[in-house]
Amino acid sequence: MPADVQMSERPTSHPGAPGRLPGVKPFEQVVADHGGTVWRVCRAVVGPLDADDAWSETFLAALRAYPGLPEGSDVRAWLVTIAHRKAVDIHRARARRAVPVAEVPDHGVVEPASDEHDELLAAVARLPERQRLTVAYHHVAGLPYREVAELVGGTPEAARRAAADGVAALRRALGTTAAARPVVPVPGGAR
Amino acid sequence: MTIPTNDTWSRDDLGGVPRETHLATLREHLVARGEAERLVDVTYRTVASPVGELLVAATPLGVVRVAFDVEGHERVLEDLARRVGVRILASPRRLDPVARQLEEYFAHRRTTFDVPMDLRLSSGFRRRVLAHLSEIGYGATESYAQVAVAAGSPRAVRAVGSACATNPLPVVVPCHRVLRSDGTLGGYVGGLDAKRALLALEAA
Repeated sequence: MPADVQMSERPTSHPGAPGRLPGVKPFEQVVADHGGTVWRVCRAVVGPLDADDAWSETFLAALRAYPGLPEGSDVRAWLVTIAHRKAVDIHRARARRAVPVAEVPDHGVVEPASDEHDELLAAVARLPERQRLTVAYHHVAGLPYREVAELVGGTPEAARRAAADGVAALRRALGTTAAARPVVPVPGGAR
Repeated sequence: MTIPTNDTWSRDDLGGVPRETHLATLREHLVARGEAERLVDVTYRTVASPVGELLVAATPLGVVRVAFDVEGHERVLEDLARRVGVRILASPRRLDPVARQLEEYFAHRRTTFDVPMDLRLSSGFRRRVLAHLSEIGYGATESYAQVAVAAGSPRAVRAVGSACATNPLPVVVPCHRVLRSDGTLGGYVGGLDAKRALLALEAA
Protein backbone atom coordinates (compact mmCIF):
# COMPACT_ATOMS: atom_id res chain seq x y z
CA MET A 1 0.00 0.00 0.00
CA PRO A 2 1.42 3.39 -0.94
CA ALA A 3 2.39 5.50 2.04
CA ASP A 4 0.14 8.37 1.06
CA VAL A 5 -2.97 6.18 1.20
CA GLN A 6 -2.19 5.26 4.76
CA MET A 7 -1.42 8.85 5.60
CA SER A 8 -4.74 10.07 4.28
CA GLU A 9 -6.64 8.07 6.86
CA ARG A 10 -4.71 9.53 9.74
CA PRO A 11 -5.51 12.81 11.44
CA THR A 12 -3.83 15.68 9.70
CA SER A 13 -1.78 17.62 12.18
CA HIS A 14 -1.91 21.36 12.04
CA PRO A 15 -0.26 24.14 14.02
CA GLY A 16 -1.64 24.67 17.49
CA ALA A 17 -3.42 21.36 17.80
CA PRO A 18 -0.85 18.63 17.38
CA GLY A 19 -2.21 15.24 16.49
CA ARG A 20 -5.84 16.22 16.56
CA LEU A 21 -8.11 15.85 13.62
CA PRO A 22 -9.82 19.22 13.80
CA GLY A 23 -13.42 18.59 14.56
CA VAL A 24 -14.93 15.17 14.64
CA LYS A 25 -17.16 15.25 17.66
CA PRO A 26 -19.36 18.34 18.04
CA PHE A 27 -19.17 19.84 21.52
CA GLU A 28 -22.88 19.16 21.94
CA GLN A 29 -22.00 15.47 22.17
CA VAL A 30 -19.65 16.21 25.08
CA VAL A 31 -22.43 18.05 26.91
CA ALA A 32 -24.93 15.29 26.17
CA ASP A 33 -22.56 12.53 27.27
CA HIS A 34 -21.18 14.13 30.43
CA GLY A 35 -23.49 16.98 31.45
CA GLY A 36 -25.31 14.88 34.04
CA THR A 37 -22.17 13.41 35.57
CA VAL A 38 -20.50 16.80 35.85
CA TRP A 39 -23.62 18.21 37.48
CA ARG A 40 -23.58 15.45 40.11
CA VAL A 41 -19.87 16.02 40.74
CA CYS A 42 -20.45 19.76 41.13
CA ARG A 43 -23.33 19.16 43.50
CA ALA A 44 -21.29 16.83 45.67
CA VAL A 45 -18.21 19.08 45.66
CA VAL A 46 -19.60 22.61 46.04
CA GLY A 47 -23.08 21.81 47.34
CA PRO A 48 -26.49 22.48 45.84
CA LEU A 49 -26.39 26.27 46.05
CA ASP A 50 -23.33 26.68 43.83
CA ALA A 51 -23.70 23.54 41.71
CA ASP A 52 -25.28 25.32 38.75
CA ASP A 53 -22.59 28.01 38.75
CA ALA A 54 -19.86 25.38 38.92
CA TRP A 55 -21.48 23.46 36.05
CA SER A 56 -21.78 26.57 33.89
CA GLU A 57 -18.22 27.73 34.55
CA THR A 58 -16.92 24.23 33.87
CA PHE A 59 -18.64 23.86 30.51
CA LEU A 60 -17.86 27.41 29.43
CA ALA A 61 -14.16 26.78 30.11
CA ALA A 62 -14.42 23.42 28.36
CA LEU A 63 -16.08 25.05 25.34
CA ARG A 64 -13.20 27.51 25.16
CA ALA A 65 -10.53 24.82 25.35
CA TYR A 66 -12.23 22.07 23.37
CA PRO A 67 -10.66 22.73 19.93
CA GLY A 68 -7.21 22.17 21.46
CA LEU A 69 -8.07 18.97 23.32
CA PRO A 70 -5.76 16.24 22.01
CA GLU A 71 -7.44 13.41 20.16
CA GLY A 72 -8.05 10.35 22.28
CA SER A 73 -8.26 12.32 25.52
CA ASP A 74 -10.39 11.00 28.36
CA VAL A 75 -13.08 13.66 28.06
CA ARG A 76 -14.78 12.85 31.35
CA ALA A 77 -11.53 13.10 33.32
CA TRP A 78 -10.73 16.34 31.48
CA LEU A 79 -14.11 17.81 32.47
CA VAL A 80 -13.77 16.69 36.09
CA THR A 81 -10.35 18.34 36.23
CA ILE A 82 -11.89 21.60 35.03
CA ALA A 83 -14.77 21.21 37.48
CA HIS A 84 -12.25 20.69 40.29
CA ARG A 85 -10.49 23.98 39.42
CA LYS A 86 -13.82 25.80 39.20
CA ALA A 87 -14.83 24.36 42.58
CA VAL A 88 -11.62 25.70 44.09
CA ASP A 89 -12.45 29.13 42.62
CA ILE A 90 -15.96 28.99 44.04
CA HIS A 91 -14.70 27.98 47.49
CA ARG A 92 -12.28 30.93 47.45
CA ALA A 93 -14.99 33.34 46.35
CA ARG A 94 -17.27 31.98 49.04
CA ALA A 95 -14.55 32.45 51.64
CA ARG A 96 -14.10 36.08 50.56
CA ARG A 97 -17.84 36.69 50.79
CA ALA A 98 -18.22 34.96 54.13
CA VAL A 99 -18.58 36.97 57.34
CA PRO A 100 -15.69 35.97 59.63
CA VAL A 101 -16.75 33.48 62.27
CA ALA A 102 -14.97 32.26 65.38
CA GLU A 103 -14.74 28.72 64.14
CA VAL A 104 -14.15 27.91 60.50
CA PRO A 105 -16.16 24.92 59.38
CA ASP A 106 -14.27 22.43 57.29
CA HIS A 107 -17.26 21.29 55.32
CA GLY A 108 -19.35 22.54 52.47
CA VAL A 109 -22.68 24.30 52.50
CA VAL A 110 -25.37 22.13 54.03
CA GLU A 111 -28.85 22.30 52.65
CA PRO A 112 -31.78 21.51 54.90
CA ALA A 113 -32.92 17.93 54.31
CA SER A 114 -36.35 17.84 52.75
CA ASP A 115 -36.50 14.17 51.89
CA GLU A 116 -34.45 11.03 52.23
CA HIS A 117 -32.36 11.71 49.19
CA ASP A 118 -31.55 15.23 50.29
CA GLU A 119 -30.47 13.75 53.60
CA LEU A 120 -27.72 11.83 51.83
CA LEU A 121 -26.69 14.90 49.82
CA ALA A 122 -26.57 16.95 53.00
CA ALA A 123 -24.40 14.26 54.60
CA VAL A 124 -22.02 14.40 51.62
CA ALA A 125 -21.82 18.16 52.01
CA ARG A 126 -20.89 17.76 55.69
CA LEU A 127 -17.90 15.53 54.96
CA PRO A 128 -14.44 17.01 55.50
CA GLU A 129 -13.12 18.42 52.24
CA ARG A 130 -10.70 15.65 51.36
CA GLN A 131 -13.27 12.94 51.94
CA ARG A 132 -15.92 14.87 50.05
CA LEU A 133 -13.65 15.39 47.05
CA THR A 134 -12.42 11.81 46.91
CA VAL A 135 -15.98 10.46 47.24
CA ALA A 136 -17.13 12.84 44.49
CA TYR A 137 -14.30 12.12 42.07
CA HIS A 138 -14.17 8.37 42.61
CA HIS A 139 -17.73 7.34 43.41
CA VAL A 140 -19.65 10.02 41.54
CA ALA A 141 -17.35 10.78 38.59
CA GLY A 142 -15.96 7.28 38.39
CA LEU A 143 -12.29 8.30 38.17
CA PRO A 144 -9.69 5.74 39.25
CA TYR A 145 -7.82 6.63 42.47
CA ARG A 146 -4.67 7.38 40.49
CA GLU A 147 -6.49 10.26 38.77
CA VAL A 148 -8.30 11.28 41.95
CA ALA A 149 -4.90 11.61 43.65
CA GLU A 150 -3.67 13.88 40.85
CA LEU A 151 -6.56 16.22 41.60
CA VAL A 152 -6.57 16.22 45.40
CA GLY A 153 -2.86 15.61 45.99
CA GLY A 154 -1.17 12.75 47.86
CA THR A 155 -0.89 9.15 46.80
CA PRO A 156 -3.58 7.00 45.17
CA GLU A 157 -3.62 4.87 48.31
CA ALA A 158 -4.24 7.94 50.47
CA ALA A 159 -7.06 8.97 48.15
CA ARG A 160 -8.55 5.48 48.45
CA ARG A 161 -8.40 5.69 52.25
CA ALA A 162 -9.99 9.14 52.28
CA ALA A 163 -12.84 7.94 50.08
CA ALA A 164 -13.32 4.85 52.25
CA ASP A 165 -13.38 7.06 55.36
CA GLY A 166 -15.93 9.28 53.62
CA VAL A 167 -18.18 6.37 52.79
CA ALA A 168 -17.87 5.07 56.36
CA ALA A 169 -18.75 8.53 57.68
CA LEU A 170 -21.81 8.66 55.45
CA ARG A 171 -22.92 5.29 56.80
CA ARG A 172 -22.50 6.47 60.37
CA ALA A 173 -24.33 9.71 59.64
CA LEU A 174 -27.29 8.01 58.07
CA GLY A 175 -27.45 4.74 59.97
CA THR A 176 -26.64 1.35 58.55
CA THR A 177 -30.02 -0.30 58.09
CA ALA A 178 -30.10 -3.03 55.49
CA ALA A 179 -30.51 -1.60 52.05
CA ALA A 180 -34.09 -1.96 50.95
CA ARG A 181 -33.22 -0.20 47.75
CA PRO A 182 -31.04 -2.06 45.26
CA VAL A 183 -27.52 -0.76 45.03
CA VAL A 184 -26.67 0.50 41.58
CA PRO A 185 -23.09 -0.28 40.62
CA VAL A 186 -20.98 2.65 39.54
CA PRO A 187 -20.80 2.25 35.78
CA GLY A 188 -17.34 1.69 34.43
CA GLY A 189 -15.70 3.71 37.15
CA ALA A 190 -14.96 2.67 40.70
CA ARG A 191 -11.89 0.53 41.01
CA MET B 1 -33.26 6.53 54.38
CA THR B 2 -31.67 3.25 53.49
CA ILE B 3 -27.98 2.93 52.95
CA PRO B 4 -26.21 0.72 50.47
CA THR B 5 -24.41 -2.00 52.37
CA ASN B 6 -21.53 -2.72 50.07
CA ASP B 7 -18.76 -0.44 48.96
CA THR B 8 -20.27 0.43 45.63
CA TRP B 9 -22.22 3.63 45.75
CA SER B 10 -24.45 4.83 43.05
CA ARG B 11 -23.52 8.09 41.40
CA ASP B 12 -27.15 9.03 41.53
CA ASP B 13 -27.32 8.37 45.27
CA LEU B 14 -24.39 10.61 46.01
CA GLY B 15 -24.78 13.43 43.58
CA GLY B 16 -28.49 13.62 43.01
CA VAL B 17 -30.22 13.39 39.66
CA PRO B 18 -30.72 16.60 37.70
CA ARG B 19 -34.11 16.91 36.13
CA GLU B 20 -33.94 16.91 32.35
CA THR B 21 -35.59 20.33 32.29
CA HIS B 22 -32.97 21.60 34.69
CA LEU B 23 -30.10 20.40 32.52
CA ALA B 24 -31.87 21.83 29.47
CA THR B 25 -31.97 25.23 31.17
CA LEU B 26 -28.28 25.02 32.04
CA ARG B 27 -27.53 24.10 28.43
CA GLU B 28 -29.49 27.08 27.08
CA HIS B 29 -27.51 29.36 29.42
CA LEU B 30 -24.30 27.78 28.16
CA VAL B 31 -25.27 28.60 24.57
CA ALA B 32 -26.13 32.18 25.51
CA ARG B 33 -22.89 32.74 27.40
CA GLY B 34 -20.83 30.95 24.77
CA GLU B 35 -22.30 33.13 22.04
CA ALA B 36 -21.79 36.29 24.09
CA GLU B 37 -18.11 35.36 24.40
CA ARG B 38 -17.90 34.37 20.73
CA LEU B 39 -17.05 30.79 21.57
CA VAL B 40 -19.75 29.07 19.52
CA ASP B 41 -19.03 28.07 15.92
CA VAL B 42 -22.42 26.60 15.10
CA THR B 43 -25.83 26.25 16.74
CA TYR B 44 -28.46 23.87 15.43
CA ARG B 45 -31.96 22.54 15.88
CA THR B 46 -34.37 20.34 13.98
CA VAL B 47 -37.63 21.33 12.36
CA ALA B 48 -40.44 18.91 11.56
CA SER B 49 -41.62 19.13 7.95
CA PRO B 50 -43.68 17.20 5.39
CA VAL B 51 -40.41 16.10 3.78
CA GLY B 52 -39.02 14.70 7.01
CA GLU B 53 -37.12 16.22 9.92
CA LEU B 54 -34.84 19.02 8.76
CA LEU B 55 -31.61 19.92 10.52
CA VAL B 56 -30.99 23.68 10.54
CA ALA B 57 -27.55 24.95 11.53
CA ALA B 58 -26.26 28.51 11.77
CA THR B 59 -23.02 30.34 12.42
CA PRO B 60 -23.02 33.84 13.93
CA LEU B 61 -23.21 35.07 10.30
CA GLY B 62 -26.33 33.19 9.32
CA VAL B 63 -27.84 29.86 8.34
CA VAL B 64 -25.00 27.68 7.12
CA ARG B 65 -26.66 24.32 6.57
CA VAL B 66 -30.07 22.77 6.06
CA ALA B 67 -30.03 18.99 5.93
CA PHE B 68 -32.56 16.28 5.18
CA ASP B 69 -33.00 13.20 7.32
CA VAL B 70 -31.62 11.05 4.51
CA GLU B 71 -28.30 12.88 4.71
CA GLY B 72 -27.84 11.64 8.30
CA HIS B 73 -27.97 14.52 10.76
CA GLU B 74 -25.15 13.14 12.87
CA ARG B 75 -22.89 12.87 9.85
CA VAL B 76 -23.81 16.39 8.78
CA LEU B 77 -22.90 17.73 12.23
CA GLU B 78 -19.56 15.93 12.13
CA ASP B 79 -18.92 17.43 8.72
CA LEU B 80 -19.72 20.89 10.13
CA ALA B 81 -17.34 20.19 13.03
CA ARG B 82 -14.62 19.47 10.49
CA ARG B 83 -15.33 22.30 8.08
CA VAL B 84 -16.60 25.10 10.35
CA GLY B 85 -15.58 24.29 13.93
CA VAL B 86 -16.06 21.77 16.74
CA ARG B 87 -17.80 24.22 19.03
CA ILE B 88 -21.26 23.14 17.98
CA LEU B 89 -24.22 23.37 20.35
CA ALA B 90 -27.88 22.48 20.06
CA SER B 91 -30.14 25.42 20.67
CA PRO B 92 -33.87 25.09 20.20
CA ARG B 93 -34.47 28.79 20.76
CA ARG B 94 -31.68 30.54 18.89
CA LEU B 95 -32.90 29.32 15.53
CA ASP B 96 -36.53 30.18 16.05
CA PRO B 97 -36.76 32.72 13.19
CA VAL B 98 -35.61 30.34 10.45
CA ALA B 99 -37.63 27.50 11.95
CA ARG B 100 -40.73 29.67 11.91
CA GLN B 101 -40.14 30.67 8.30
CA LEU B 102 -39.74 27.03 7.28
CA GLU B 103 -42.98 26.15 9.05
CA GLU B 104 -44.72 29.02 7.25
CA TYR B 105 -43.30 27.87 3.92
CA PHE B 106 -44.62 24.35 4.39
CA ALA B 107 -48.00 25.79 5.46
CA HIS B 108 -48.33 27.82 2.21
CA ARG B 109 -47.95 31.06 4.11
CA ARG B 110 -44.51 32.02 2.81
CA THR B 111 -42.90 32.05 -0.64
CA THR B 112 -39.46 33.48 0.10
CA PHE B 113 -37.01 33.18 2.96
CA ASP B 114 -35.72 36.24 4.69
CA VAL B 115 -32.85 35.04 6.89
CA PRO B 116 -29.14 35.85 6.93
CA MET B 117 -27.17 33.13 5.14
CA ASP B 118 -23.59 32.00 5.57
CA LEU B 119 -22.51 30.48 2.24
CA ARG B 120 -19.02 29.48 3.37
CA LEU B 121 -19.62 25.83 2.52
CA SER B 122 -19.89 26.71 -1.13
CA SER B 123 -17.39 28.54 -3.32
CA GLY B 124 -16.49 29.50 -6.87
CA PHE B 125 -18.86 28.39 -9.62
CA ARG B 126 -21.08 26.50 -7.20
CA ARG B 127 -21.61 29.65 -5.23
CA ARG B 128 -22.54 31.57 -8.38
CA VAL B 129 -25.08 28.86 -9.12
CA LEU B 130 -26.58 29.18 -5.63
CA ALA B 131 -26.82 32.94 -6.05
CA HIS B 132 -28.83 32.44 -9.22
CA LEU B 133 -31.06 29.74 -7.70
CA SER B 134 -32.34 32.27 -5.18
CA GLU B 135 -33.67 34.28 -8.12
CA ILE B 136 -35.88 31.46 -9.40
CA GLY B 137 -39.29 32.41 -8.08
CA TYR B 138 -41.65 30.35 -5.95
CA GLY B 139 -43.52 27.85 -8.13
CA ALA B 140 -41.26 28.46 -11.15
CA THR B 141 -38.67 26.05 -12.51
CA GLU B 142 -35.59 26.25 -14.73
CA SER B 143 -33.53 23.62 -16.50
CA TYR B 144 -29.95 22.80 -15.54
CA ALA B 145 -28.94 24.29 -18.91
CA GLN B 146 -30.76 27.56 -18.21
CA VAL B 147 -29.06 27.83 -14.84
CA ALA B 148 -25.68 27.19 -16.49
CA VAL B 149 -26.30 30.10 -18.85
CA ALA B 150 -27.44 32.34 -16.01
CA ALA B 151 -24.35 31.46 -13.97
CA GLY B 152 -22.15 32.52 -16.88
CA SER B 153 -20.94 29.09 -18.06
CA PRO B 154 -23.43 27.75 -20.63
CA ARG B 155 -21.50 24.51 -21.13
CA ALA B 156 -21.21 23.73 -17.42
CA VAL B 157 -24.53 21.86 -17.23
CA ARG B 158 -23.09 18.95 -15.27
CA ALA B 159 -21.37 21.35 -12.88
CA VAL B 160 -24.75 22.95 -12.24
CA GLY B 161 -25.99 19.49 -11.33
CA SER B 162 -23.22 19.00 -8.81
CA ALA B 163 -23.73 22.53 -7.46
CA CYS B 164 -27.35 21.60 -6.76
CA ALA B 165 -26.37 18.22 -5.33
CA THR B 166 -23.99 19.92 -2.88
CA ASN B 167 -26.27 22.87 -2.04
CA PRO B 168 -25.66 23.37 1.70
CA LEU B 169 -29.01 25.15 2.09
CA PRO B 170 -31.68 23.07 0.33
CA VAL B 171 -35.26 24.37 0.57
CA VAL B 172 -34.00 27.83 1.61
CA VAL B 173 -31.90 28.06 -1.58
CA PRO B 174 -34.38 26.42 -3.98
CA CYS B 175 -32.36 23.88 -5.93
CA HIS B 176 -35.56 21.81 -6.11
CA ARG B 177 -36.73 24.27 -8.79
CA VAL B 178 -34.12 23.01 -11.25
CA LEU B 179 -35.22 20.23 -13.63
CA ARG B 180 -33.90 18.48 -16.71
CA SER B 181 -34.61 20.14 -20.05
CA ASP B 182 -37.14 17.40 -20.83
CA GLY B 183 -39.03 18.25 -17.66
CA THR B 184 -37.99 15.17 -15.68
CA LEU B 185 -36.81 15.66 -12.13
CA GLY B 186 -33.07 15.08 -12.35
CA GLY B 187 -31.61 14.53 -8.89
CA TYR B 188 -32.10 15.92 -5.41
CA VAL B 189 -30.05 16.02 -2.23
CA GLY B 190 -33.12 15.11 -0.17
CA GLY B 191 -34.25 12.32 -2.50
CA LEU B 192 -36.65 12.55 -5.44
CA ASP B 193 -39.75 12.12 -3.27
CA ALA B 194 -38.79 15.27 -1.38
CA LYS B 195 -38.19 17.16 -4.63
CA ARG B 196 -41.56 16.03 -5.95
CA ALA B 197 -43.25 17.05 -2.69
CA LEU B 198 -41.67 20.53 -2.72
CA LEU B 199 -42.68 21.14 -6.34
CA ALA B 200 -46.21 19.94 -5.59
CA LEU B 201 -46.38 22.19 -2.55
CA GLU B 202 -45.40 25.23 -4.62
CA ALA B 203 -47.76 24.30 -7.45
CA ALA B 204 -50.74 23.96 -5.14
